[in-house]
This record gives sequence, structure tokens and C-alpha cells, in this order.
Amino acid sequence: MQSIGEALGLAIALVLSGDPDLLEIVLLSLRVSLTATVIACMIGLPIGALVAIGRFRGRNAVLILMNALMGLPPVVVGLLVYLYLSRSGPLGFLGLLYTPTAMIIAQTILIAPIVAALSRQVIEDLHAEYAEQFRSLCLTRLQTVQALLWDARYSLLTVGLAGFGRAVAEVGAVIIVGGNIDHLTRVMTTAIALETSKGDLALALALGIILLVIALGVNAAVQSVRMTAARQAYV
Amino acid sequence: MKSDAEDTPTADAPILPVTLQGVALRLGGAFVLEDVSLELGQTGCTAIMGSNGAGKSLLLRMMHGLIAPTSGDIRWGGAAPSEVMARQALVFQKPVLLRRSVAANIDFVLKVRGQDRAQRDALLDHVGLLHKSAQPARLLSGGEAQRLALARALATEPEVLFLDEPTASLDPASVLAIERIVSDARSRGVRIILVTHDLGQARRMADDVVFLHKGRVAEHSTAQAFFPDPQSDAARDYLNGRLVV
Ligand SMILES: Nc1ncnc2c1ncn2[C@@H]1O[C@H](COP(=O)(O)OP(=O)(O)OP(=O)(O)O)[C@@H](O)[C@H]1O
Ligand SMILES: [Mg+2]
Repeated sequence: MQSIGEALGLAIALVLSGDPDLLEIVLLSLRVSLTATVIACMIGLPIGALVAIGRFRGRNAVLILMNALMGLPPVVVGLLVYLYLSRSGPLGFLGLLYTPTAMIIAQTILIAPIVAALSRQVIEDLHAEYAEQFRSLCLTRLQTVQALLWDARYSLLTVGLAGFGRAVAEVGAVIIVGGNIDHLTRVMTTAIALETSKGDLALALALGIILLVIALGVNAAVQSVRMTAARQAYV
Repeated sequence: MKSDAEDTPTADAPILPVTLQGVALRLGGAFVLEDVSLELGQTGCTAIMGSNGAGKSLLLRMMHGLIAPTSGDIRWGGAAPSEVMARQALVFQKPVLLRRSVAANIDFVLKVRGQDRAQRDALLDHVGLLHKSAQPARLLSGGEAQRLALARALATEPEVLFLDEPTASLDPASVLAIERIVSDARSRGVRIILVTHDLGQARRMADDVVFLHKGRVAEHSTAQAFFPDPQSDAARDYLNGRLVV
């Protein structure tokens, strides 16, 4: 076991040297979480928009469900995806368990409800303002949804960033369905968990630093989106 | 569900005059409009006047079809308001502008209505906003925002134009600019229905005046008759600047 000071020194050296193993882990993390974010947005945004402008029976139940799903524990999602993808599971024949695809699926399930619930709120607020004007213009439902999505673009971008932030920092789901296999499914969070338990604090800390930088980057991106929006009197 | 056979004749049948018969509207347990019976003729400009809370904005929304009356009947030619909404435009008391550029606000309407996009610059020029085309619409001043909302309403080529206090809180030059644009539309045959508190404006623009008082029509007279000699106490008090409550 290294001292913290030693480990930190080694970690910084690792990051600065562009260690190929480290790079591989970081790139896989980004690939998995970005893909999951894009898919989750493609699923979550239309659902959020439809619930936002729809008036149907059981809408309140849907709202409660959406908000509840936002807080899904990652390990439970991991477990469920595992059960479906494991060899004896209903989708076992696909052979996806312990692949990056399985990790993308798990993270998508984890963050799609977040995207749906947050975008529902954003779009509903905007719709409250636009609804009468749009009805007066006799817009179709599709035109209404398109216009709302476009006019909410900055807020929705921050919703997507929130989803990505949650996905990239999550460990419980990817460790179960990915298995943290070296050179195959090892991502930043699972590597940190493993290396810490093995006592290799340098690699764990190096990854921790990068993860922190990514988290800061996401926050900076959110901030700059907000500032751009404010500058255009979007809000 | 209406059959096509029923819909087709209304597609370009005249929608004026509009008649309201015994219209009432109940909101939150109280009547905000009651026993409103009116006929508004085929051409010209009608001013709807009355004190704050008299029900002017709600009457406008109801005639346009955005809210349904609790009881009574509104007919545009033979059609219900919702059937002819697309042939009318309403400029709201607070203009609702999209979070886009000035030009894109007009483009949007032209596009959803399947109209020629090339008209956009002419419309913006008409309301004196061409030089602001690229600016975010939400950065416009109050008067500019009203003019953009008006241009957008005109972009739909309405037969009836509802205006809800289009010049409230505007400077005198902007008021006249808006009145010129509206008069222009009117001379092209657009039927104008205007809510205003501006007596000078009502005198300049209106052919007839509907005076609302506590959700009821206190009087409906020609402008020539109304301003010198209002028939109802409520209208007399209003014109004399007395608080009508
Ligand atoms: N959704 C609602 N529920 C209950 N009451 C309402 C609702 N909307 C409007 N009212 C009431 O109906 C009355 C008429 O409102 P309306 O907006 O038509 O007034 P107005 O004549 O346009 O007034 P102003 O000159 O201030 O614009 C008001 O007393 C208002 O409080
Ligand atoms: Mg009003």
C-alpha cells in the first residue's frame, strides 16, 4: 500500500504520460456513456414531450412513475439487465452479457427516465406559455411538439448533460453487466473500484482525477449553455 | 365527428357576421360573462371597451374559439368558432414570442401555414422591424414585440383580426405606427375586433363600440353615437373617468 502522497504523484505522472491502458479505459467510459446518453435522449425526449402536452387518463400515475424511475438504484438496473442477458435469460441468446453493449443498455435504462422526467418539466413549463398562441395558430400536435423541442433546446441540452453526468459516474450497473473485464469492459468507475480494493491507488487516483475533470467539464458545459441562453434572452 | 359533406361548404363560406346568443361563461364558480348577445357586422372595426376585469379578454378568446362558452351560442356564418379559427388571428394582451430570432418568428408561421416564405421581409418591413431580423425576439422592446406579434398575425392572412390592447404601454409614435398597420389591414378587408382602454384610439379606429360591464353588454352602439352620448350609466362613468365598480 502506497502513501497517499506517493500515489498522487504516480497518478499525475500516469495522466500526463498518456498511459495507453489508462487511455483505453477513459475512451471506453466515454463511448459507453455518450452512446447511452444519445439513446436515452432519443427515447426520453419524445416521452417527456408527449406527457408534457398530453391530457390523458392516468397521466398522474405516469408522472409518479417517471419521477420514481428517476431514482432507480444502479445496482438494481444492473441486476435486471443481467437477468435478461444472462445465458438462461430471455435475451441470453444474444450473447451480450459482459460486453460494452450490455453496459450501454444498462446505462440507457438508468438515465432515460431522468431525461424523460426532466424534459417533461421543461417542456410543460414552456407549453404553459405557448399553448394558447399555438392553438390560435391551429398547429398540429406534431408541429407543437417540434416547436417546443426546438424552443426548449438549451434547457434540453442541460438535461442531456445531466444524464451523461449520471451515466459516466455510475458504477453499480456497469460492474454487474460488464464485469470489469480488462481491455473489454473496464471503465473508469469499475477500474477505480477494483484498483482501490487491490491497493493500486495510483491508477485509481489517476482515473479519479480524470473523472473529476469530466464532471467539472460537464458542469462548465451546463454553465456555458445557460449563459448562451441568457445572452439570447432565451429564458 | 363531422362528415366531409358538412365541412366543405364552410371551408370558404363567409364567416361574417358573427352572432352571439345568450352567451355565458362560468369560471371558478362565478359567471365572468353573462347573457351576452351581439351581432358584429361584415366589415370595419369594433372596439370592445370596459373597465379592468369586465371580461373583454375572455370575450375575445371565446369568440376566437380558445374557450367554449358555458352556455349560449356563437356562430361565424353558420360555423362554430373552432371550425373557423384558422381564418382568424389573435394578438394577445401579452405577446407570446418564440425563443428565436425576429425573422424566425415570422418564418415559423409561414411554414406551418404552408405559405410563401418570401413574404417574410415584406411583413417585417411593413411593421418597421426589418433591420431587427436577426435579433432574438425576446430582446425586443415592448412596442417592437407588439409590432412583431402583429406582423405574425398578419402573416396568417386572417379574415378576422382580434387585438387585445395592442398599444397598452406604448409611446405615442408606436401607437400610431400600430394603428396605421391595423388600418391598412382593415382597408384590405380584414375585420378588426379591438379591445382598448385608449379612448382616442377607439375614436380614431372604431366603427362601433361594445361596452362591457361586469361581464354583461351594457351597450352596443355606433362610434358616432357612443362617444358623444353613451346610453348606459356604466359607459358614461367610464368615459368621464370615474371608476366603474
Ligand atoms: N381562469 C380564470 N378563472 C377564474 N376567473 C378568471 C379566469 N380568467 C379570468 N378570470 C376573471 O374573469 C374576469 C374577466 O377577465 P378578463 O381578462 O376578460 O378581463 P379584461 O376585461 O380583459 O380586463 P383588463 O382590462 O384588465 O385586461 C376577471 O375578473 C378575471 O379575474
Ligand atoms: Mg384583458
